Amino acid sequence: MSTIPATPPKKTNHIGLEVLNYRGAKTTLCAGCGHNAVSERLVECFFEMGVEPWRVAKFSGIGCSSKSPAYFLSMAHGFNSVHGRAPSVSTGAMLANKTLLGIVVTGDGDTASIGIGQYIHMLRRNVPLIYIIENNGVYGLTKGQFSATSDSGAKSKSGVVNELQPVDCCVEAIQIGATFVARSFSGDKRQLQGLLKAAIAHRGLSVIDVISPCVTFNDHEGSTKSYSYMKDHDEPLHTVDFVPYFTDIEVEIEEGQVQDIEMHDGSRLRLHKLEHAYDPTDRLKALTTIQASKDAKEVLTGVLYLDATSENFLELLNTVDAPLATLPQSATRPPREVLSALMEELR
Amino acid sequence: MSATLSTEVAHGGGSALERVNDFSIQVATVNGSGSQTANTVLMRSIFQMGVPVSGKNLFPSNIAGLPTWFTIRASRRGYIGRKKEIDFLVAMNAETANEDVDELAPGSAVVYDEPLRLNERRSDLHFYPVPFDKLVAPVCPEAKLRKLVRNMIYDGVVAHLLGLDLEEVHKALTRQFGARKQKAAELNWNAVLAGEEYARNHLVKRDPFSVHRMNENAGKIVIDGNSAAAMGCMFAGVTVVTWYPITPSSSLVETLINYMRRYRIDQDSGKATYAIVQAEDELAAIGMVIGASWAGARAMTATSGPGVSLMSEFVGLAYYAEIPAVIWDIQRVGPSTGLPTRTQQCDILKNAVLSHGDTRHPVLFPSSPEECFSMATTAFDLAEEFQTPVFVNSDLDLGMNNWTANAFEYPEAPQKRGKVLTKEDLDRLGGFMRYADLEGDGVGWRTLPGTNHPAAAYFTRGSGHNEKAGYTEKPDDYVANMDRLSRKFNSIRAALPHPIADVREGAKIGLVYCGTSRYGCEESRDQLREESGVETSSLRLLAYPFGDELESFIEQHERVYVVDQNRDAQLLGLMRLDLDPRLTAKLRSIRHYNGLPLDARTVTEEVVRQEGI
Repeated sequence: MSTIPATPPKKTNHIGLEVLNYRGAKTTLCAGCGHNAVSERLVECFFEMGVEPWRVAKFSGIGCSSKSPAYFLSMAHGFNSVHGRAPSVSTGAMLANKTLLGIVVTGDGDTASIGIGQYIHMLRRNVPLIYIIENNGVYGLTKGQFSATSDSGAKSKSGVVNELQPVDCCVEAIQIGATFVARSFSGDKRQLQGLLKAAIAHRGLSVIDVISPCVTFNDHEGSTKSYSYMKDHDEPLHTVDFVPYFTDIEVEIEEGQVQDIEMHDGSRLRLHKLEHAYDPTDRLKALTTIQASKDAKEVLTGVLYLDATSENFLELLNTVDAPLATLPQSATRPPREVLSALMEELR
Repeated sequence: MSATLSTEVAHGGGSALERVNDFSIQVATVNGSGSQTANTVLMRSIFQMGVPVSGKNLFPSNIAGLPTWFTIRASRRGYIGRKKEIDFLVAMNAETANEDVDELAPGSAVVYDEPLRLNERRSDLHFYPVPFDKLVAPVCPEAKLRKLVRNMIYDGVVAHLLGLDLEEVHKALTRQFGARKQKAAELNWNAVLAGEEYARNHLVKRDPFSVHRMNENAGKIVIDGNSAAAMGCMFAGVTVVTWYPITPSSSLVETLINYMRRYRIDQDSGKATYAIVQAEDELAAIGMVIGASWAGARAMTATSGPGVSLMSEFVGLAYYAEIPAVIWDIQRVGPSTGLPTRTQQCDILKNAVLSHGDTRHPVLFPSSPEECFSMATTAFDLAEEFQTPVFVNSDLDLGMNNWTANAFEYPEAPQKRGKVLTKEDLDRLGGFMRYADLEGDGVGWRTLPGTNHPAAAYFTRGSGHNEKAGYTEKPDDYVANMDRLSRKFNSIRAALPHPIADVREGAKIGLVYCGTSRYGCEESRDQLREESGVETSSLRLLAYPFGDELESFIEQHERVYVVDQNRDAQLLGLMRLDLDPRLTAKLRSIRHYNGLPLDARTVTEEVVRQEGI
């Protein structure tokens, strides 16, 4: 008699896929790089949310962060474009196929410097995309120059002190038109998971600025984007839970301590209050709270702003339900009579 | 006045040949004074009388207040290029009137605003003074409209002097204002009548110019190149248009928006079968085109030289990552801001090799509204078949001026969407290699994002990649990929529209040109034959890369003049890059680059000079 050890049943999500189906290629970034943690969270979240991987389109610009799309969801098309221009490329792809779930992963060089123009206009349009900024305050691939998100007073590895003010990508996003704006830390697994899931469910533009330390060029004493600095200065606004539409777990809610925000797909974003009394649906309050936290040398993380109801850019364009990309010729070439009528008008 | 068709008629004050249907009219006005309407009505009236006619608007980069000239050429022989000499001037602009009159050849006619007293400047012209302000007041009681209505008076004066049929003028005017602006049409018609009546009662016809009915325009249309291109793009099945406004290309997309709103709304849902987005700059415009094409849409942008310069980096990405894109370049005078409202063919070389590294792009050269229309489909088919950016080099002269054209032909052939694998293909094949050259034409198979198959996805990058689209820095992989791209560029050659040759028996010299240079060149060949007894052959290029036809044309002739509308002989330069030096040694250059459309006389004089005739 032989005994075959029973293999434990593989864990699958609600569309029957395993976490394996959401993985990407092996990372080539440095060991300990914050960006790798973000890629891992993305794998987990797309898996747990049960997103069909082939429905996702991944975009990036140029830089360490922009290599990330290769490291999650190998079953999704990816496009590593040109420096700072992922917003236009991803916008174009969404125009062509509105059924895609678009995710852009870029860095602070892409977003706050060379591509800030495209970033601002993507915000204005509220294009339905998940836009993740892996923010380490430094240019890694060119070996350690300051980026535009470096804080004033931050010290580089070579000892140079940055005297310029930083661009705050979240403030820009809130002011100009993104409808979901969050900041997080690559080391805060639970918070980042909650935010990414909410971004997947959101139907407008989601901007998540993730402080993601560069272990090689910006993790030293004097850096304001290092692991140790974030451990001391990270100030979460709330703990973030995400309750997807396809689960019906009822949790007891302590009156006054929890804010539930219903997402477009019926999911709920559940924010457990900490010390702050913070309402992320108040745009003006968001801006003043961020400014106050800066003055207090805190890095405020969590959901900074959420507007779950506004129409996104694709809805405003009012295109047919099917992807424009694959419309048949019969839908895109007007009949012969139209040309004859136009010719008659011009005679 | 005489209204006979005889070509030799004696006129009072001296003998002159009557010039029927063979002269050019220039109207000098001020930008923003509404003269465009009056000029269009004048041009259309001649068109309706069956006479071959063309109109060119020479305007400043300004909203209102600077000098503008509109030239109308009537030509019984069908020449529609710019004519260097002006025969009939309508001088409405005090600022330029003296200079305009000084430049005329003896015997020309001048209709002018009486207070300008232009008749005192020369005695060898036919002057027709008209008191415009006195005439406009009674027909236009509303003082603030007079500036606009005033111009219609010269239509009446010119109609009388040239013998235009007033019925045709009325028809053209009614059409111009449309059914909805009946009141404005009436006001303007009264101004035309006032001008005509004044001319009939006060002016004595002395010049030799007149229009007589012909039947050359049956079935023809009048349209500008940008509108023709827009129409072509709609019928080509464009679905995504992203653009940034720039003269002289803006009207292409603005016209396209109008057409699409009318004819590309799904009847059942009331929703659009297209998306048109005004981008924040040309970088974003081409970025969106590339993103949309990557996702499978027929996507395009329209721009001019400065915009193309900004698109350079992205076009290199599309070349290397092999993504379709259609880019209309309505060329204007460079370098830099240059002369934004004047014409040139100055982006030939740049567009052929745009972006850093070794890059080559196909370029189409439309010369007429018909070709703007048909080449739209050609451009999208090429871009998708060969997965690469395609330029369509129009120019300001073609794009913004009105041309007489044959009615466009409905595109019969099915759209060529290129090598795209579907889920069903992948089920059968199991997988694919994005950049593998399976058919030997250098073109790989692609999949579109959203394809529901585990093997559909691949990673697109502008960095070094192998057949499987994986990252590589290996020398052999790099070279193999670049050589495949060369092979692909060679395959494109065979798919391009062929040049149009007119090889004449015994001709020792040939002219080679592209786009709107054809009009000056075609007329010049007649001038050379008739005035100097020199027979020439011609080859009009429709696309780059050049095919065998160019090489054999050069072989067949002793000397070949390459005509360029730019300073640096860019078309010739491109030939030097691609052709055997034995052939390029036979090439000579004729260049024209003052911002005005090429005229025949310039070509003729250069050939005569270089040939030592």
